[in-house]
Amino acid sequence: MKPTLTRLLAALAFTAAALPALAEEVVVYSARNEQLIKPLFDAYTRETGVQVKFITDKEGPLMARLKAEGKNTPADMLLTVDAGNLWQASEEGLLRPIRSQTLLANVPAHLRDPDNEWFGLSVRARTIVYNTGKVKPAELSTYEDLASPKWKGRLCLRTSKKVYNQSLVAMMITEYGEGKTEDMVRGWVGNLATAPFPDDTKVMEAVAAGQCDVTLVNTYYFGRLMEKSPNLPLAIFWPNQNLKNKAAGVHVNISGAGVTRHAKNPAGAQKLIEWLSSDKAQNLFADVNLEYPVNPKVSPDKTVAAWGGFKQNLINVKEAGSLQTKAVKLMDRAGYK
Amino acid sequence: MLFALAVAALVLVPVAVTFSSFARVEGDILAHLTEFVLPELVGNTLWLVLGVAIGVGVLGVSLAWLTAMCEFPGRRLFDWALLLPLALPAYVTAFVAIGLLDFTGPLQTWLRESWGLTGLPEIRSRGGVILVMSLALYPYVYLIAKNAFATQGAIALEAAQSLGLSRTQGFFRVALPMARPWIAAGMMLALMETLADFGTMAIFNYDTFTTAIYKAWYSLFSLPAAAQLASILILFVLVAVVFEQRSRTRMRYGAVGRGAASRRIKLSPALAGLALLYAGAVLAAAFLIPITQLALWTRDVIAADLDARYWAFAWHSVLLAGMGALMVVAVALLLAYAGRQRPGPAMMWTQRLATLGYAFPGAVLAVGLFIPVAALDNWLIDTGRAWFGFDGNEILKGTLLVMLLAYLVRFLAVGFGPIDSGLHRISRNIDEAAKNLGTGAAGLLTRVHLPMLRASLLTAATLTFVDIMKEMPITLMTRPFGWDTLAVRVFEMTSEGEWERAALPSLAIVIAGIIPIILMTWRGAHSHG
Repeated sequence: MKPTLTRLLAALAFTAAALPALAEEVVVYSARNEQLIKPLFDAYTRETGVQVKFITDKEGPLMARLKAEGKNTPADMLLTVDAGNLWQASEEGLLRPIRSQTLLANVPAHLRDPDNEWFGLSVRARTIVYNTGKVKPAELSTYEDLASPKWKGRLCLRTSKKVYNQSLVAMMITEYGEGKTEDMVRGWVGNLATAPFPDDTKVMEAVAAGQCDVTLVNTYYFGRLMEKSPNLPLAIFWPNQNLKNKAAGVHVNISGAGVTRHAKNPAGAQKLIEWLSSDKAQNLFADVNLEYPVNPKVSPDKTVAAWGGFKQNLINVKEAGSLQTKAVKLMDRAGYK
Repeated sequence: MLFALAVAALVLVPVAVTFSSFARVEGDILAHLTEFVLPELVGNTLWLVLGVAIGVGVLGVSLAWLTAMCEFPGRRLFDWALLLPLALPAYVTAFVAIGLLDFTGPLQTWLRESWGLTGLPEIRSRGGVILVMSLALYPYVYLIAKNAFATQGAIALEAAQSLGLSRTQGFFRVALPMARPWIAAGMMLALMETLADFGTMAIFNYDTFTTAIYKAWYSLFSLPAAAQLASILILFVLVAVVFEQRSRTRMRYGAVGRGAASRRIKLSPALAGLALLYAGAVLAAAFLIPITQLALWTRDVIAADLDARYWAFAWHSVLLAGMGALMVVAVALLLAYAGRQRPGPAMMWTQRLATLGYAFPGAVLAVGLFIPVAALDNWLIDTGRAWFGFDGNEILKGTLLVMLLAYLVRFLAVGFGPIDSGLHRISRNIDEAAKNLGTGAAGLLTRVHLPMLRASLLTAATLTFVDIMKEMPITLMTRPFGWDTLAVRVFEMTSEGEWERAALPSLAIVIAGIIPIILMTWRGAHSHG
């Protein structure tokens, strides 16, 4: 009797263990939109047979959802388009540490969480774009310099409500502190030719039309716009290349991911993130949106490579999160809408 | 009454979750917002509400009067065409308006390059936001006021004229005051939507109370502070609603008579021309120009983006909007009916509370609903595990039921407004007469009131249907895996600024939304006989 029962139990346990393996799936909550991730997930499924189920929304609601669902969340992985929100997810205990030599090797130290709860998967560089008919590259130098009076009435900016501007200002705070950074932001605001714009494309169109001469945007918006209208008088300038302080280098943010604390398939989620950092996926990941690969061994898309190389800012991107609140308040005080 | 209380209780769940945020006050964030953000945006919000109230009031009432009471070339076309902007999400109108009228747009570029003209008024301004919101939302007032004028306008005007008033005096001193509850109901909807709007305000970068709520949540990482601000907004709306209600309960409204069709005012050729020009201009600005722009953008992306999945997106949208609209109309009817059977302050408060969901910023309402649902789910799952060996992590979450309940909470006001004002228009003498003939409460509803309410019910169903089609935050947060809709597609495209690509799903929303509008007009015309 007893052996039979044991055998039965063993058989049951086997079945239970075999079931998920038959249809292994990873569930992703993604703030990166569908057309930018689905091609990758499809490729992963083709390669491994693992199904990827995902749902998209903004980061705020996704994190509120993870929190409310607690241990019963269906999500294994959280994917965002900026480091600040990953930092916040980690602060709220929504993620778990990942132990992976692959990820440590593929993702540079400043583009991942020091506690290994999240990893960057693509790099988004925020740089200067100028009107080639009105500005000589020699006039440009740094983000800080855009606050100087010579740019009075010549600067256009996207709204301070966008996280990319918030993380840029956060980076400035690490070097200059709040007081000096606030003065700089005030300088920017004083130089504005017109009210801030709702998105990067609109602000570049304003520069191209001559409403202003110079602006700050993420490079992939520039790539997208130039693909559509190649004759616009616009060009990229890489700022802060010759600085020696912490603010040296072009400001970068990441699109990245982490494994949720209550993941049902944490190993599967980790494998997916590792795969996303691999050569093959990195090509796809960055190319669908003209971003930079996070893995330094992978070279960017041809269009992107043509803009030339640049030095990245090396402050850990988690500061974008830890200093975001300060940055936002500072921009409010400076009247940057 | 019990039923009304149950519905109100459902709406009170997210309200309670939102207000419970006061349990954790993050003083520094609130202090910051109070010092640097609120002073300006309270002014901004008040100006916006005032401007949109005037905008939708003037556009809605004047157009309703023209199409319901006057005769001019094209009237029959305008009668339904002026409703079409309903199907167009306000943020789409905003994006198109800025695209065309800003410094970089074709108009200013042409003026600058051909004539050297600059200094046109800035579209990205307070005036611009008010203009766009008024163009997008006037149909709420137009639709409800038109019904009012159509059923009582002619006789009211005749009575006024027989007392020696001129036609203009008759309009301002008799017809307009008599239509007030309906105009107010339409304006309330428009203003609640304005207060809760995020998308249009983001495109204009115009800071309102609602944008501050999102700033607290997304940028300052404080959902509690966001919920606290939302609570203040809700209280403000509640006070406004009650104030409006008070000022009109002193008056009683009943229908004077029916049928304006045979006695339309014949406008002189000059006036008729002006009427045509005016209605045409509004229609062009609010619908024809934006839809043309959408069509042009769609042409550029349709080859790459339109795939077989669009059938599923459209099907999901229509199915959800259809089920949601049916549910909202049924509940709104019962709620309004309960108010007629048992009037009084308690009922009035119940009704007001039950229709508050429309004033919530969408994402805040979505979270306010999701948190209790997830908590209930966690309890069910734990119980299921302990007692039945349940293995899974979703029971209620990720079902359509939650989604539909969320739509009910959000859009009850949209269904309630037209139905309640329609009920007010049915004279109590009719109830008395029916009772004297031995009709019970149920018979009164099904055999007397429902047939008389047909136009109001259709209006309510159409408004709700179209609103659900356009709804984004609740759909995003509560949809089950794989239940992507057209509005979700719009979100996917716009979240990274690809507005031109969003034209395809936006256009699909408009097309799907036009169908019930046309259906309603057609049925409405026939029910008037």
